[in-house]
Amino acid sequence: MVDVNSRFVVGIDLGTTNCALAVVDTSASQSESRVRLQDIPQLVAPGELAPRTLLPSFLYIPGEVDFPAGSTALPWNPQPAYVVGEVARRRGVENPMRLVASAKSWLSHGSANRTGPILPWNAPEDVTRISPVDASAEYLRHIAAAFDRDVAGGDPALALAQQDVLLTVPASFDEEARELTLRAAHAAGLAHVTLLEEPQAAFYAWIDALGDRWRRRVAVGDLILVCDVGGGTTDFSLIAVSEQQGDLTLERVAVGEHILLGGDNMDLALARLLQARLEAAGHRIDSAQLHSLWHQARLAKEALLGDASERERPVTLLGRGSRLVGAAVTTSLTRDDVDQVLTEGFFPAVASDAVPMRPRRAGLQEMGLPYAADAAVTRHLARFLSRQTDSGAMQATIRRGPSGLACPTHVLFNGGVMKAPALRGRVIDVLSGWLQQDSFAPLDERHVLDAPDLDHAVARGAAYYAQARRGRGVRIRSGAPRTYYIGIESAMPAVPGIPAPLKALCVVPFGMEEGTSASIGDLQFALIVGEPAEFRFLSSTVRKSDAPGALIEDWGEDLAELGPLEVTLDGGNAAGGAVPVTLESRVTEVGTLELWCVGGEDRGRWKLELNIREREA
Amino acid sequence: MLSYGTRLKYAFRSFFSLLDYGRIPEDVAQAVLVKPEATAPAPVAPPAAETSDRAVQMLALLQRDGRLVDFLMEDLAAYPDAQVGAAVRDVHAGCRTVLTRYATLGPVMNDEEGQTVTVARGTDPASVKVIGHAAGEPPYRGVLRHRGWEVSRLELPPLAATGRTIVAPAEIEIT
Repeated sequence: MVDVNSRFVVGIDLGTTNCALAVVDTSASQSESRVRLQDIPQLVAPGELAPRTLLPSFLYIPGEVDFPAGSTALPWNPQPAYVVGEVARRRGVENPMRLVASAKSWLSHGSANRTGPILPWNAPEDVTRISPVDASAEYLRHIAAAFDRDVAGGDPALALAQQDVLLTVPASFDEEARELTLRAAHAAGLAHVTLLEEPQAAFYAWIDALGDRWRRRVAVGDLILVCDVGGGTTDFSLIAVSEQQGDLTLERVAVGEHILLGGDNMDLALARLLQARLEAAGHRIDSAQLHSLWHQARLAKEALLGDASERERPVTLLGRGSRLVGAAVTTSLTRDDVDQVLTEGFFPAVASDAVPMRPRRAGLQEMGLPYAADAAVTRHLARFLSRQTDSGAMQATIRRGPSGLACPTHVLFNGGVMKAPALRGRVIDVLSGWLQQDSFAPLDERHVLDAPDLDHAVARGAAYYAQARRGRGVRIRSGAPRTYYIGIESAMPAVPGIPAPLKALCVVPFGMEEGTSASIGDLQFALIVGEPAEFRFLSSTVRKSDAPGALIEDWGEDLAELGPLEVTLDGGNAAGGAVPVTLESRVTEVGTLELWCVGGEDRGRWKLELNIREREA
Repeated sequence: MLSYGTRLKYAFRSFFSLLDYGRIPEDVAQAVLVKPEATAPAPVAPPAAETSDRAVQMLALLQRDGRLVDFLMEDLAAYPDAQVGAAVRDVHAGCRTVLTRYATLGPVMNDEEGQTVTVARGTDPASVKVIGHAAGEPPYRGVLRHRGWEVSRLELPPLAATGRTIVAPAEIEIT
């Protein structure tokens, strides 16, 4: 456990499209030391500062003519180099070339140079660029400045840098993306940061809302699916309920893969539909108008999804010049459109053995975010549930049907998309169909665990957890979210064009607890002193039984490769020679991994560092 | 004020002095003309600029988020009602957001429209307007026809350093 006894414990949701901040004042009396949402003051228009509960995760790189002089000043910074939040998002619509969006999605994009200045992607030459890590740090800096002014009241001892901060990441973030998130937090000056998975945070928000009553809603043997569909990403987790000394315990038993699919895709799909309709009627829609359609499609969608009696919503594109009425064009979004595009397009009723479409591998691919090739959330869900056939060394059991499908007993929804009752209903219906095929009772509303306020649930849940780990509340057992391996190339005669077959040595088992270490068998590596040694690094979300030291081959699609690990043994007295080392792994309190090379006979320990690929993008 | 006798004397003297010499006698002029140095110092000009800046700012906000000025300045004669109606929905939504964000508006009188109410003595005509047959002195009894509107909060963003007469900037797209 991180040894900080700060007065405030803080939850920060560093989201793909929005950030939120929740705070607990632990010095307040028991009844008042509740999780409370903290406003984040930000520029909402040039020169206009206003408090908002969400900080849009957008960063704008202003040029000379973007804003009137002095109008981007913040109370804590008279001349910021970048503009973040609402005003950045607004201005970005008008000039997308200078807008950094979805920096978080880039953090988990393995083939991009994530510490290099690559954003805005496709920006013209003369625009200063910034790395995905720096952009994330910039949002955190803004939040910290707001906290220091409004919560700490300028007292340096109470500054966010000194508080116990829980920063959330998607459960599907791999070790590299977690490490980069942590780097961003450190760059923003946050000294005591722990990472927490978002689906878990959402679950904590539900516990926080229910208080002790949560124990009556679930029972031993239950399996809760957290279905988190946010603006940019879809994230699944399974949490199992078991018992220890007569008390209910929770264990996060599975996490899904990273799926870049969310509400933004859905709104864009609707906007495209409206665009096609307007163009069929002879109107030309330019890119600024498409943005306006995107925005209006979202509003119309929310209205239609929120009120089942409404059949259609008019959508008007006002004339762009001063001829507002004369040049206006009108169409409408109907209930059928929403059903067709959203419910059938993104949440189709599919069989439980459905497999998402694979991305096409064209010879030349445009570099950019690796958006999910298949837009069907339900197909991704089917794949996630059908792959959880391996329970590993977990205490809790995953309820499974005869087909091997993991069969949840409850669903907890999170993310803006899942606010829509129609879409929640569809997920429950599809899931119920699968359960019935596996001879379980279908789900209904009673099996939906309702966390209020989905926009802020993750931040609230993170603050709740920060308090819980000080002993005030229940904790979910989680540990390492994946199994990690080091790749070992087999000693075989080289064949041109075919890489030497790779074996994978398990170094961190799934669920390895925070604050523990494992030594990896007796396999020895000979490292040359003074030269960098590189290890290939792999991970799996589905192989959960591999113990440290296990050597596996032929893993099909179960393992994915991350950036390499590097270590350089500094000289010492063994200069020039080779040092035999064994490996040791550790899951830190913060929620990241450490791998160490340990020399025999007290010859020292060297840490393996993730070499986040510095590939030229 | 001078006595009636003195005023009569000065008037006759001035009359004949003007008729004969074309000027007012020195002592009369001294006594009746306003002497510039004797007046109170001219009051500092009220911050007229500030208030008109705020008015322009309000227009600019209604234009920015609701395109109100575009709408009002456009000639609508040529367009069918349906097209005007479609545009109005957006203008309305945008302007309404501006009003609720920057101001709080409430009725002057909280009674239901159509109810009989009393107008007390000393009521400010600026806040309550009496219409119809109002004979004699207040109090009056009458039917509330319009509840009125009153601003109870106005929080406009700080004024920009430049462009205070600009309601909407010209937009130029670089291609």
